[in-house]
Amino acid sequence: MTHDHDHHHDHGQDIPSATALRVKALESLLVEKGLVDPAALDAIVDAYETKVGPRNGARVVARAWSDPAYKARLLEDATAAISEIGFVGSERPHMIVLENTPEVHNLVVCTLCSCYPWPVLGLPPVWYKSTAYRSRAVIDPRGVLNEFGLTLDDAFSVRVWDSTAELRYLVLPERPPGTDHLDEDALADLVSRDSMIGVAKVAAP
Amino acid sequence: MNGVHDLGGMHGFGPVRPETNEPVFHAAWEGRVLAMNRLMAGWKLWNIDSGRHSIERLPPPDYLGWTYYEKWLQALTNRSLAHGLITAEELASGHKAPDAPVATPPLTAGDIGTILAAKISYERAIPDQPRFAAGDAVRARNINPEGHTRLPRYVRGRTGTILRDHGAHVFPDVHAHAASEAPQTLYTVGFTARELWGEGAKEGDIVYLDLWESYLDVA
Repeated sequence: MTHDHDHHHDHGQDIPSATALRVKALESLLVEKGLVDPAALDAIVDAYETKVGPRNGARVVARAWSDPAYKARLLEDATAAISEIGFVGSERPHMIVLENTPEVHNLVVCTLCSCYPWPVLGLPPVWYKSTAYRSRAVIDPRGVLNEFGLTLDDAFSVRVWDSTAELRYLVLPERPPGTDHLDEDALADLVSRDSMIGVAKVAAP
Repeated sequence: MNGVHDLGGMHGFGPVRPETNEPVFHAAWEGRVLAMNRLMAGWKLWNIDSGRHSIERLPPPDYLGWTYYEKWLQALTNRSLAHGLITAEELASGHKAPDAPVATPPLTAGDIGTILAAKISYERAIPDQPRFAAGDAVRARNINPEGHTRLPRYVRGRTGTILRDHGAHVFPDVHAHAASEAPQTLYTVGFTARELWGEGAKEGDIVYLDLWESYLDVA
């Protein structure tokens, strides 16, 4: 274990390092019994630390902004359109892409657990899994957005998507003004994880 | 089950606190817990739904007080014990019982690329025609099963509109408790914020959920 300063993110208390010891004890038992391959454990940790993350989703968004035919395919069949890009180390769940417009703002939550589109966004942030977000996103989405610094005009229809099944949602944020000259790579650099969950807009460069 | 995990619409949990420059894992042990969960699934003694249900069944104070990966750790330990992969004695001692066999892991490092590139689909072909079509008014049933369900309390008894039919999908309420997948048609259903939360909610705001056919009645 390289970190001893574990933090308890729901309540701000320290996790006793007993947790790290429990994990180590369970891991060594599972390895000793031949139930898991230690090299496979390392490979999974490495994949989630280095290969899977919101950069994948940002590439999908940037392509949709750059290529109207791709955007049409993405909105029609997101699973297939995302597979076209072909990430390394990404599973392919049943995906749905939600388009933000000047009238509609989409926001994704999982009230029952923590469903999240891992292949395109990586592992969810702690706040996405928190009781505060899961309880309030459906009853007070505008208040939650305010906490992210996003105040929406009354004219917007807020659409909240509660991921109750094995469909995974990705928000296609609005392309910011002043980006006509940017290529796909430069556009992808602008796209934040939060904008693809729906708690932020993409800021102009 | 009417568990504490069913959080939608509850009050009292405070503001959402985003973390700037959040790391993938906050401690090395979190990554190990994630990886153990992925690999132990290779024994195929549980599935995504029974695994989720094992987390929902943690004692409510623990569910609310523990971090995400602490819950995963305890639920994985519980499942491994319940299915006889490890024993309480082994867990206490930290070592394999002397007479216990050494197994061969079902997944090795060479399999990881394949696992992470696999197409995951819970869609299944069924002979039945969908009962509802886009635009139909439906009411979420008021059911209160003690087992696993993906029908949150906050929509039970509420009227919504079918947005889209996604074909038949594995039904978690059965799959969490049996080998049977019992697929049935899955729909996205939209409920107005006013229908769910009353007059104080903003006109025009909508909450969508993915709901299986047996959760729904004609409105």
